Amino acid sequence: MIQITREMIDYTALTEAVRDTHHGAVVLFLGTVRDLTGDQRTLRLEYEAYQEMAERELQAIAAQVRQRWPGAKLAIVHRLGTLEAGEVSVAVAVSTPHRAEAFAACRYVIDAVKASVPIWKREIGPDGRGEWVHPIAPAVSASTGPRPTRE
Amino acid sequence: MAKWLAQVQLFAALREAIGVATLELELPDGCTVAHLRQELLRRWPQVHSLLQRCAIAVNQHYAAEHQLLSPGDEIALIPPVSGG
Repeated sequence: MIQITREMIDYTALTEAVRDTHHGAVVLFLGTVRDLTGDQRTLRLEYEAYQEMAERELQAIAAQVRQRWPGAKLAIVHRLGTLEAGEVSVAVAVSTPHRAEAFAACRYVIDAVKASVPIWKREIGPDGRGEWVHPIAPAVSASTGPRPTRE
Repeated sequence: MAKWLAQVQLFAALREAIGVATLELELPDGCTVAHLRQELLRRWPQVHSLLQRCAIAVNQHYAAEHQLLSPGDEIALIPPVSGG
């Protein structure tokens, strides 16, 4: 299951979707809306995406997982829209025969999602004002490798 | 030189700063991603630093600066991503 949704993420169903009697390890990663960054309070986050490309990038990440960890079962869901503090914004579930691969593949996926998938969040503080988050680190594409640099 | 009208999709802070979700830009034949970026920088100097940090996607793939653009390409500016 590879999906971008505006609905609440059912991470129990997501976890069940990757379970397999041949797989002794299941790792679930949940990204949740944190209410504090340093001393900055966040009431909620608003997520938007370039949806068609975001879905394509998620599929590219899944293809890489299939190549690096053949047989691994994988599910990724990212949510869009307005999320209150504590809500789940992204879920990654992976199962493999043994735990080392499951942890590694899950870590790989969430790092790749954060690096290359065209999704953005805006932090809304207590004063109701929003600020888009655009990190300084360069984007790295799952489908084309490191983002081409200018010049 | 023949010109064509490109539609460029904008997102997040860039969409808000420029004020539209899609902008139209006249580009010459044989224009590359780098030329497009130069044209955007010339037209919207007020978002210079963010434009420089944007990736450019062509047909839903991150594009290299030397890639050629053609009429009908789906073009989007991708500010640094912050999903997760």
